[in-house]
Amino acid sequence: MAEQTLSVSLKQVPQGRLGVWLLIVGELIIFGSLVVCYLLYRLRFPSWVEQTQHTSTFYGGLNTFVLLTSSYTIVKANDAALKKDLAKMSRYMLTTIFCGLIFLAVKSTEYAHEIGAGFTLTSPGLQATNPVGATFWSFYYIMTGLHATHVLAGMVTLFVVWLDARKGRNIHRVELGGLYWHMVDLIWIFLFPLLYIAK
Amino acid sequence: METPHSTTHAPQGFWTKYLFSTDHKTIGIQYMITGLFMAAVGGFLAYVFRYNLAFPGESIPLFGQLDAMHYNAFVTNHGMIMVLFVGMPFLVSGLGNLLIPLMIGTDDMAFPTLNMMSFWIFLVSCLVMVAAFFVPGGAFGGGWTLYPPLSASGYVNRNPAFWSTFFSATPMFILGVALEFVSMLMGGINFLVTTINKRAEGMTPFKIPLIVWFLNIATLDFMVSVGPLVAGAVMLLLDNVVGTGFYDPARGGDPVLFQHLFWFFGHPEVYVLLLPALGVMGEIIPVFSRKPLFAYRTIIYLSLIAAVLSVVVWAHHQFIAGIDPRMATFFSIGTIIISIPFAGVFLSFMATLWGGSIRFTMPMIWALGFIGLFLIGGLTGLYLGSSTFDIYAHDTYFVVAHFHYTMFPVVFFGFFSAVYFWFPKFTGKHLNHTLGMIHFWLTFIPFNVTFFVLFFNGLAGQHRRVNEYSSFSNIMKEPYITFEKISTIGAIVLMVSQFIFLYNLFISLRKGRKAEKNPWDSNTLEWQADSPPVHGNFNPYPVVYHGPYEYSHPSSEQDFVPQDNPIVLKTN
Ligand code: HEM
Repeated sequence: MAEQTLSVSLKQVPQGRLGVWLLIVGELIIFGSLVVCYLLYRLRFPSWVEQTQHTSTFYGGLNTFVLLTSSYTIVKANDAALKKDLAKMSRYMLTTIFCGLIFLAVKSTEYAHEIGAGFTLTSPGLQATNPVGATFWSFYYIMTGLHATHVLAGMVTLFVVWLDARKGRNIHRVELGGLYWHMVDLIWIFLFPLLYIAK
Repeated sequence: METPHSTTHAPQGFWTKYLFSTDHKTIGIQYMITGLFMAAVGGFLAYVFRYNLAFPGESIPLFGQLDAMHYNAFVTNHGMIMVLFVGMPFLVSGLGNLLIPLMIGTDDMAFPTLNMMSFWIFLVSCLVMVAAFFVPGGAFGGGWTLYPPLSASGYVNRNPAFWSTFFSATPMFILGVALEFVSMLMGGINFLVTTINKRAEGMTPFKIPLIVWFLNIATLDFMVSVGPLVAGAVMLLLDNVVGTGFYDPARGGDPVLFQHLFWFFGHPEVYVLLLPALGVMGEIIPVFSRKPLFAYRTIIYLSLIAAVLSVVVWAHHQFIAGIDPRMATFFSIGTIIISIPFAGVFLSFMATLWGGSIRFTMPMIWALGFIGLFLIGGLTGLYLGSSTFDIYAHDTYFVVAHFHYTMFPVVFFGFFSAVYFWFPKFTGKHLNHTLGMIHFWLTFIPFNVTFFVLFFNGLAGQHRRVNEYSSFSNIMKEPYITFEKISTIGAIVLMVSQFIFLYNLFISLRKGRKAEKNPWDSNTLEWQADSPPVHGNFNPYPVVYHGPYEYSHPSSEQDFVPQDNPIVLKTN
């Protein structure tokens, strides 16, 4: 019976994974809406191109590299977890968290750089001459800022998972943490071209 | 095959049993009690401003003078509290927690700890909303829809110092709502995962009771539609607190953007509340008509269609916000189309009643009352859905009357039907029938008295969100002045008669007749558990053989066939 198979096949998705997937869908909708709002404004104001000249492709690119690396290491961590190789898993998880740390460090440097140049959340200097341009920076900070908070949240999650997993407890959570980490990565893959490349 | 049974043990201490419980039944009841408390807050606010409308300038009993600022704050908070802090805990979190695990035949939610956390976050969000009344400058008063530029400017934060900026009207309002969303999202994940993964053996998708379907569709609708508003609220908060220009036209921002983000959530939200209420009716009506629910599968498909449509009707709230007329046509048509699936659901209820052996029990009376009232709400909505009429009626009491005719039945009639129906199950006691009947009539009649007259005031041009009308000569004349008074008196009777309900709960819990397992001869699984169900609900877990609505089946001796009854039904 078709009905029977549906109910059985759905039940085969483990509970935790299903929960994390739903969480990810929720998060993607939130970020998706921000991106849509940004695009609507961007299309309305071609003059934003001037502002995008000032975002640092170098820092953005560096961070893309860091995050992609971390996605690789978390996959390796999960592989190791599946093989019950705790030492290797633990090493890869810590590397992932460390990548997150580097990401945040680079982000802070980048922010310091932009703030030094007068581009802040409200950009008071810019407001006097180019009020519409100032709103670009509001979007820049809200999008990257919210993303950075998620990086931090992902790091904390992975750390909590690591505390247990390194002793062999709740190893399946490595995969769940990894799923979340991939989402953080995915969002960045959207933000990077939108804010740093499209100039 | 051996059926597994619950291995968890019931917690013993008072704290773990009643307060920090992870048991879905306790959490569901906690949600409902919190909702009742918030309903008292929201109702009191309504009493105060309703009194002010009928007797402007007079001192209000139990309150005192109401100035314009506070009028606005009260209307705003009344709206938000009734929708998100009463409707949601009653119908979605409350009913969902109580019913989903029992009706699908399992011991608890998929993530019990997460479930407990969502309740506590919800409680904090309620406290934030109430606390906002006591910060310097008072609560937010920019309308429950939070439209910028008003909400984005510091104007409604009547306290200039930076730190107190954060602890003032708008940020606290946004914070309260945001926490509520977090709690609902966590709860929603739990509902969906539980329903997908934890169903009893044999509980195939089309053996799931209607209300569980509807709760899940509602949850899904909520989770899809809330994201944009979360994003919009973050921008609004920054506009308000830090001074960014997301919604400031002088800096390229667009206030209408927020309206889109708000109603993208706001309109599906009314279906999020409506669906569980319809689900309650879908459980009650077959039981007390002793007939299978008419077109069970079709209703599920219809409501899935409605859920999809619900995210493409939002701009009908913005017909006069200067949106493109072509867009207005699109949303008019969408709005009128979405009434088709819901009309389908209602027709199926009618068809279920048709020729049934109807038992006029308390839950049935409430369910019938719901159908009658919602009909008026729905039909007036059809008028408003056409942009030509809406441009005339927008922002008048016609709209206020319309959405109260939909929201009040949904939130309160839905809640009361559910309480009168499931009270015996969760407490093991029967509610007093006579008091229940008095309560029904003293809610049904005063409700109509309160809101029916407002249709006329609205058509005469009376605007909402205005605290006194002395300079409007078209309103300050008979019969509209009398209508205002009638409406207020109706509202007061309506609120006072709710004490009958509270008294009934209280007295029945103490002295009520003991309830057996299945007092209404019902099929669904929760009635096959003990009343009240023990920790872990079932022992052993049930196995499901039948759909939920096999009433008066010709090949069964009893006129009902519990879902876990292994007898074979002959289909002819
Ligand atoms: C207890 C009975 C109730 C009474 C007497 C009542 C009365 C009112 C009145 C007179 C207004 C319009 C005030 C104005 O525009 O100046 C209003 C607004 C509103 N009510 Fe109610 N109401 C009741 C219950 C409810 C319920 C159950 C809900 C929803 C679940 C609800 C949701 C709203 C909303 C969303 C608004 C609009 C607030 C705004 O304009 O920002 N009310 N109510």
